[in-house]
Parts: sequence; structure tokens; C-alpha cells
Amino acid sequence: MNAYPGQEGLRNPLKVARGLGPSRSGVRPWWIQRITAVALLPLSIWFLFLMGGVLHSDYPMVLATIAQPVHAVFLIVFVVCLFWHGALGLEVIIEDYMHTRWLETTLQIALRFGALLGALACVMAVLAVWLTGAAYY
Amino acid sequence: MPNSRPTSPHLGIYRWRVNMLQSTLHRLTGLFLCLGTLLVTWGLIAAASSGEAWNLFAAFSGSWIGLVLLFLWTWSLWFHLCNGIQHLVRDVGWNFGAANRDRTHDPVYWFAGWVIIGVSVVLTVLTWGLLLMHVGGGAA
Repeated sequence: MNAYPGQEGLRNPLKVARGLGPSRSGVRPWWIQRITAVALLPLSIWFLFLMGGVLHSDYPMVLATIAQPVHAVFLIVFVVCLFWHGALGLEVIIEDYMHTRWLETTLQIALRFGALLGALACVMAVLAVWLTGAAYY
Repeated sequence: MPNSRPTSPHLGIYRWRVNMLQSTLHRLTGLFLCLGTLLVTWGLIAAASSGEAWNLFAAFSGSWIGLVLLFLWTWSLWFHLCNGIQHLVRDVGWNFGAANRDRTHDPVYWFAGWVIIGVSVVLTVLTWGLLLMHVGGGAA
């Protein structure tokens, strides 16, 4: 048998590996994870207190709170960082514990669709309240 | 595809240390917080939809299962946040390296783990204390 697994004929294994692995681009998700983490430090504390106030308000008050421009902008930044950071974390968890190839690939694709959909839904919801909520207060 | 590459030694050979608990909790709280994003999404969509939709969301959040989940999410957030700060600090390189992991040389390196767990619990109690005081103050 071939002494070098993955090597076909005279082709150097490096030739096959180049462009497939995480070389060069591999540090980008690592950086994004850190940058979103730094952003989420203050944002999540702020969100905690926003939730604390909002959960005991009536509906018009909730709309008025979300529709405040500062709250709306921070909410949008928060959910984008939240979904991005969460997706990067789940990506690694799937890589680590899913050893069935087709299942891993399926979950990785589902995760990307889910995270994108979730972030988009949240941003659209905030925009909808922000831009139409003026009637309520 | 059979993998003939060497695997890392079994976890059982390592002496238990607090960083194992931190690492496990960081993953578990991270996973749990990802589930929390579903609640955030539900809340925002409900707010954008209608008063009835929001009331349904508020009713769930106020139910005992909702409150238990919110409490667990609060602690998960505080722990993940505090432990994340340690990650960032060590990413920078501060207090990190082989010499720091030597207990006799630098006991702070390991003690930090217990401080993080303790602080996350205290902050959770503080958050809910403030929340309940706020509710009590609002009702009075």
C-alpha cells in the first residue's frame, strides 16, 4: 500500500492540501470571536438590564423602549454580535463532537442558515418597531 | 474513514484542576446561551408583531419555567462573560505560560478559576436582587 496516505502518484501532498486547510484564513474566525466577545461584554450587561425593565412593562411601553434610537441601534449591534459569536462557538462544538461526516456537514450548514436567519429576523424586528413604533408613544 | 493518527491521552491521566471545570462550564454555558438567542428572537419578533404576541411571550417569561430558565441564563451569561474575560486576558499573554501554571510559582493562575465561579454566582444573585427590588419598588 501507499506509505503516504492521501498521496496519489507523484503529486506532493502539500499540493493537495494547499487551499483546503485553514492556512492564512484560519485566524479570521478566531479574531471575529474575540472582537464580538469584546463588543458583547458591555452590550450583554446593558441587554440584561434592558430585559429586566422591559419584561415588566406593558406592550406600548415595550415598543417605546425598543423604538428609542439608542436602544434600537445597540439592539441591532447586540444581536449581530450575539449570533455571530454564538455561531462561531457552535461551529467548534459541532466539529469536536460530531464524528459522522454527513451529519457534521448537515449541522454546519443548518447552523449557518439558522444563525443568519435568526440575526436577520432580530434586526428586521427591531427596525420594524423602531420605524413604525412612533405611533405608540 | 479510519484515522491512524495518534490520539491524545485519555482525560483520566490528568490531575483534576479547576480549569477543567471552567472549560466544561464555558462550553455548556455557551451552548445554553445559544438556546437563549431563541428567546431573544421570539421576544423581538413578538414585539414587532402584536400586543397578543408580546403578551404570550411575557406570559412564558413570567411562568415558573420561564423564570427558572431566565435565572439559569443570567448565571450562564455572567459565568461565560467572566470566564471570557480570563480568556481574553490570557489571549493577550498576561499571566499565561508554563511558569504560571506551576502552582508553587503562581497560585493566582489557578485561584482565578474559583474567583470567576464565585463572582459569577454573586453577580447573578445581585442581578436578581436588583430586579426584584425594581419590581417591588414599581409595585409600591
